[in-house]
Amino acid sequence: MHRFASLLLGLALALPAGAADAPAPYAAVTAERLAAPADGDWLMYRRTYDSWGYSPLDQITADNVAELEPLWTFSTGVDEGHQAPPIVNDGVMFISTPRNQVIAIDARSGNELWRYRRELPADLFQLHPTNRGVALYGERVYLATVDAHLVALDARTGAVDFDIEVDDYLRGYYMTLAPLAVEGKILVGMSGGEFGIRGYIQAFDAASGESLWKTYMVPGPGEPGFETWSEAAWKRGGVPVWVTGSYDPATRLSYWGTGNAGPWLADQRPGDNLYSTSVVALDIDSGAIRAHHQYHWNDSWDWDEVSAPLLIDFERNGEVVKGLVHAGRDGYLWRLARGANDIRFVDARPYVKQNVFTAIDPESGRPEYDPTRIPRTGTRTEFCPSIWGGKDWPPEAYSPQTGYLYVPANDNLCSALTGAKAKYRPGELFIGVTFDTLEVFPTEAARDHIGELQAWDMKTGEKVWTTDFKSHLWGPVLATGGGLVFAGGTNDRYFRAFDARSGKILWQQRTNSGVTGVPVSYSVDGRQYVAVLSGWGVDAQRKQDYLNKARGTDVRVPQGGVLWVFGLPDAP
Amino acid sequence: MSDSPARAAGAPTCALRRRLLQGGAALALAPLARHAGAADVPADKQAPQVGDLLAFPSWENDGRPLTAGDLELHAEPLLAYPLDAASGTLRERSRLNQILVLRFAEDELAADTRALAADGVLATSGICTHTACGITGWDDAALHLVCPCHQSTFDPRHHGTRVSGPAPRSLPLLPIRREGEHFVVAGDFTSAVGANT
Repeated sequence: MHRFASLLLGLALALPAGAADAPAPYAAVTAERLAAPADGDWLMYRRTYDSWGYSPLDQITADNVAELEPLWTFSTGVDEGHQAPPIVNDGVMFISTPRNQVIAIDARSGNELWRYRRELPADLFQLHPTNRGVALYGERVYLATVDAHLVALDARTGAVDFDIEVDDYLRGYYMTLAPLAVEGKILVGMSGGEFGIRGYIQAFDAASGESLWKTYMVPGPGEPGFETWSEAAWKRGGVPVWVTGSYDPATRLSYWGTGNAGPWLADQRPGDNLYSTSVVALDIDSGAIRAHHQYHWNDSWDWDEVSAPLLIDFERNGEVVKGLVHAGRDGYLWRLARGANDIRFVDARPYVKQNVFTAIDPESGRPEYDPTRIPRTGTRTEFCPSIWGGKDWPPEAYSPQTGYLYVPANDNLCSALTGAKAKYRPGELFIGVTFDTLEVFPTEAARDHIGELQAWDMKTGEKVWTTDFKSHLWGPVLATGGGLVFAGGTNDRYFRAFDARSGKILWQQRTNSGVTGVPVSYSVDGRQYVAVLSGWGVDAQRKQDYLNKARGTDVRVPQGGVLWVFGLPDAP
Repeated sequence: MSDSPARAAGAPTCALRRRLLQGGAALALAPLARHAGAADVPADKQAPQVGDLLAFPSWENDGRPLTAGDLELHAEPLLAYPLDAASGTLRERSRLNQILVLRFAEDELAADTRALAADGVLATSGICTHTACGITGWDDAALHLVCPCHQSTFDPRHHGTRVSGPAPRSLPLLPIRREGEHFVVAGDFTSAVGANT
C-alpha cells in the first residue's frame, strides 16, 4: 500500500549546524539496548517497554532537588503543542516538534548537531499540530508525520534514508505518536478519528521500510468483532491510535490503547464497536490481535483510551498478577491481568467524579450506563468528567522504588454535548457535534481545584496522596530513582518536582510556556539531567478556551517551544 | 515564452494568461493566488483556472457540474470543486480548492461582492483563514458561514468579511460568471487561500 516518495529533493532539508563538522560517533541502538537500556539513556517514548516513565538515576534527590537549576535552554522556533520527550542515546538528544522538525542536540552542551525540517502540504488541516517523539533503531531516527508519512533519518547527519507515504492525509489520516521500535520493526498508529478514518497499527521493517503487517482497529467483514458494527458505520468508524504502545518481550505481545469510535454520537453507530476504547494485544510478528479488553463500549463521550497500559506486576489476594494498569479517560483506574492469549479484568475504580457508569460487572469489567448520561443525536446531554476525561493523553508514571502509580488527573469538570447528524466529507470533521455547541463546565468543587497529581499504591490498590492545582493539568509524569516525580502541565507555566512518597512540591521553575512535554532524565559523564519541552497548545489550549468561556475569564498561556535542561550546580 | 520551472511562483502560464485575457475582465489580471496552477503541479491539484466549471465533489452527484437549479436562496452552501471540462479533471486533490457556493438576491450583495457573483450566486473559499479547517457551518438566520473548529464567522455578502472569531482575515471569494445553467471561474481567488498567510 505504501509508496516510497522522493528523497530530500523538494520534500525536506537536513541542515548540519556546521558544514565542516564531521558527524560525531554514534552508539547504534540494538534490540538488546532497547530491552535493557543503560541507566543514563532514554531511548524510547516512556524509556522502557513497560511504559513506566521511570529513570533509575538518583543523583538528584528529594534532599537536593531544591538546588536544581536550568543549565541551558533551546528554542525550537515553532508554536503549538510540544509534547515529545527528549530522546537521549549516549549523550545525543533528539527532540521533535510541531510541524515535524527533528533536532539533534549534544545532550551535555546544548549544541545543535543537525535539524530536519519537513515541508508540509499547504492544504494540510492539523487538528492536532503536535508530535509525541521519535523512535531510535540502529543508526536511524524514525518520525511519524502529520501528513501520514514514516520518515527514517540518519542519526548522525539527519539525512533522509527513506520517506514512506503510509496513508492519504487528504482523507484525514495523520500521525502524532512516537513510533515503537521493537525487534527490528517500526510500529506506528494512525490518528484521524475525528475525520472518518478507519484506524490501524502498521509495522515496517526498520531497515528497508517494507510494510510487514497492518491491523485495523475496526474489524472488517469476516473478522472477529465485525458483528459489533453496523454496515453503515464500520468503514468510517474511527478508532484511531494516538500514543505509543507497550511491549512484553516474554510474550512478544505489544499493548496499545485505542481511541473512540466515530462519529462521536453512539446512536449513529450502534453496537459495542470493537476495538474502540480498548487495549489490544498485538503479536508483533504477525500483527494478529491475540487479546483485548474494552474499557467501555459504544462510547458517546469522546473518551479515547489513548494511553497504552503500564505493565506492572502487582499483588492481589496474596498472588502476583502480571498486570496492565491504565488511568482511563473514562475516569476509572483499570487494573487488568495479561496472559499469553487473554486479558482478564481485575478491578476498576473511579479516580475522579464520574456519573455515567452505574455498575461494573465484577467478572468481565463491562460497565453499565445511566441512560440519561449518554449523548444522543438531537438532544443535549450532560456528563462528568468532561470530554477530556479524567486523564487525556499525558502519560502516567510508575516507580518501582515506591510501588506507586502517578496519575495526572483532572477532576470537577463536566461536559455537555448536543448531537447532530454527522455528514461525511473526506478529510473534514465527522463527529456529529459542532464545537460551538460543545460545553465544558466546572462544578462547584472546581472553585477549589481541577488538576490533581495522584499517587496510587499498586500493592494495596489504594490512593495514597493527591496534590491539587487550581489549573487543569496536562503534565506527563516522570518518576526517578532519586525519590522524585516531575511534571508540569498547569496554565501557570511551572515545571515541578514532587516528593514521590508524599506529593509535596519540593522545587518549581516557571518556564516560557505551559509544559505539556514528556519529561525525561538522562546522564552524561556522570551528571544527571532532567529535560522537558515547554510549549502549550492543542487540547490544553482548547480546554483553556472553553474554561475561559465557562468562567468568563481570559487566562492566556503564551506559546512557543523551548527545551529546558536542568541539573545540580555542583555536579560533575 | 516558456513555462520554465524556474518561473516565479504565481506568475501565469502562457495558456493561463491567454485565458485571462480572453476573459477580458479587469479581475482576470489580479494577482494569482500562491497555489495557482503550474506546469509541475498535477492538474487535479491545481488551483481554479479561469474557465473551470464549478462541480460537485466526486462523492456527490458523481462530480457533475452545478446548475442554477441546484441552488436555493439562502440555503446551506453547496461544496464544489473546479472542473476542467476539456479534460474532465476534477481538481479535488487539494483542500485549498474547496469552494462554497451560495445563492442570494442580487441586491443583498455589497457592490464589490456583486461584481464577483453571477446572478446572485456567490463562490467563496471553503477553507478557514485561521487554521485551515473546512468550513461546514451555516447560520441561516444571519446568513453567515461558520467554521466548526473555532467558530470564526464570515459574511459572504460583504466580501467574506470576518464577523467574529479568531480568523485573522476575510474569507477569499472566487469570481464566477454564468454560462447557461452552469457557473464558470472568471478569475482567481481575491486573496490567498488557507491559513497563516
